[in-house]
Amino acid sequence: MSDNVIGVRDLSTRFGTQWIHRHLDLCVVRGERVALVGDSGSGKTTLLRQLIGLLTPTQGEVRLFGEPLFGGGVARERALRQRFGVLFQQGALFSALNVFENIAFPLRELKLLDAATIRDLVMLKLAMVELRPEDARRMPAELSGGMAKRVALARALALEPELLLLDEPTAGLDPDRSEGFERLILRLGEELGLTVVFVTHDLDTVATLATQVAVLAEQRILAYDTIDAVLRLDHPFVRGFFHSGRGRRAFARLD
Amino acid sequence: MNAPAFVLRPAAGTAPELVLSGRWTLRALAEVGAPWRRALAAHARAGVGGWDCRGIERLDSAGALLLWNLWGRRLPDAIRLSNEQRAIFARIAAAPSAVVEPQLPLAWLAGLGRRGLALSRYLADFVALLGQLALDGLHLLRRPVDLPWREISATVYRSGVQAMPVTALVGFLIGVVLSYLSALQLRQFGADVYIVNILGLGIIRELGPVLVAVLVAGRSGSAMTAQLGVMRVTEEMDALAALGVPQGLRLVLPKVAALAVVMPLLVLWTSASALFGGMFSAHLQLDIAYGYFIEALPRAVPVANLWIGLAKGAVFGVAVALVACHFGLRAKPNTQSLSVNTTASVVAAITVVILIDALFAIATRNIGLPQ
Repeated sequence: MSDNVIGVRDLSTRFGTQWIHRHLDLCVVRGERVALVGDSGSGKTTLLRQLIGLLTPTQGEVRLFGEPLFGGGVARERALRQRFGVLFQQGALFSALNVFENIAFPLRELKLLDAATIRDLVMLKLAMVELRPEDARRMPAELSGGMAKRVALARALALEPELLLLDEPTAGLDPDRSEGFERLILRLGEELGLTVVFVTHDLDTVATLATQVAVLAEQRILAYDTIDAVLRLDHPFVRGFFHSGRGRRAFARLD
Repeated sequence: MNAPAFVLRPAAGTAPELVLSGRWTLRALAEVGAPWRRALAAHARAGVGGWDCRGIERLDSAGALLLWNLWGRRLPDAIRLSNEQRAIFARIAAAPSAVVEPQLPLAWLAGLGRRGLALSRYLADFVALLGQLALDGLHLLRRPVDLPWREISATVYRSGVQAMPVTALVGFLIGVVLSYLSALQLRQFGADVYIVNILGLGIIRELGPVLVAVLVAGRSGSAMTAQLGVMRVTEEMDALAALGVPQGLRLVLPKVAALAVVMPLLVLWTSASALFGGMFSAHLQLDIAYGYFIEALPRAVPVANLWIGLAKGAVFGVAVALVACHFGLRAKPNTQSLSVNTTASVVAAITVVILIDALFAIATRNIGLPQ
């Protein structure tokens, strides 16, 4: 079994006449926590959506766990999609279902588990994301932003994925909640042996979570390396992003 | 990928030990199927000398939970675990069990009460909506500049002008069918010429307004409810309020005013189309000339019926818009509530229209009918 969780080869994306990505390569090894950074409009979220098969690239191929995302029948595609979990930026909870039903949804879709097991698993996931059992009955509209993200994380983890993809995990949270959420992802990542890929604008999140940084600029992955190595890079984006006042403050704490 | 497996290992002195191996994960366990799980459960019930979990390649919380439940929700005494596995079981032990919904006695009574309260809230909200509309009307009398012309004209266009093809088509077809069925009966009595009376009275006074109201409730009423509901979901409603734009004046009043204006026109248009259909069919079936039909119509149908039809149109328009806005403003920011309210809006609008029509029939029973 190959240890490449994500393998993107020669990927190009075009929207209309505009090229978003050109000949982009990315390889993520099991157990890494990768921060995908880049300017607004550089196609970070587009790349994330291609990784989970919501968008098909114009050219090139995405392989997860060594298998292509598309083809080979519905059953295979579905099985592959159950091996990763996605946390969308706004949580994307099903607004008509309460917290319990939201987390139970992917488990029910498996059609293999009985009600008691599903209940136990949901309560376990709730505890894992540090929510109280009473929260299970609340509706998504009644949750604060931070809680909604935790519930969404619990839903993303419901099928015991090996790969977790996060779109702006700390966007819209206050600094205190952001830190708590980062710690949670860090802890769960270690406990469950997850590979984590996240898109972010938040330098603190990069500094806390990432073992590797993928810099998306000039329509490709400009650099894929540890934070220290990326920091030494001489490129306008790196200077602007990491060496601004905010950047220096965030990374000063690392040393 | 290795499937989860267990083997019995004989142990000296005690019952044999159960040695577990493979991947004990949600997916792997799902694949091995129920008979395998039953066999494992049978071993657990029969009692084994001990459990050896160190050979498990990967244990996730679903796998751990399966074992945990087999063990009676506690760690067995004789067990061999790796440190990571011990941590997983510690996490499961720490997780709280589900909160069970307490079953109330007399739940049906509580349900009845809740429904009663919900109904009273509906009525109170509807009265509040009417009151707000009246206040907005007064405000406009004092400050006519605030009249939302653009919104009214947009609604007139969307709910009126764009509805013209479909109302014409439906009206024409209904006219043809009505005329055809009546003609079959009338011919038996040799009362062919009365087709003009039947079609004229029926369509202008009754069928035209109701037909248009049903079509507009389904076409524009549902759209209005959905629009207001989505504005709630996307917080546009709050944005308007924060900008100091009054909700009633900008969202409700234009819809009500526009439908009050455009519905009588639609009624006229649809009735004309239905009469044309009836005329066409009567010509084919009963050989009644177009000229005679048009000439006989004013004699058969007193002009009061036309005014009743148009007044009905205006009242129905107001009713459809009010019901649509009422349900749209009630929508909560979730998908379920939106669909429930849109459905309720159409059903309630059509019901209200038919009720009002009955009231009209009673109130105008002495007007416009040939003696």
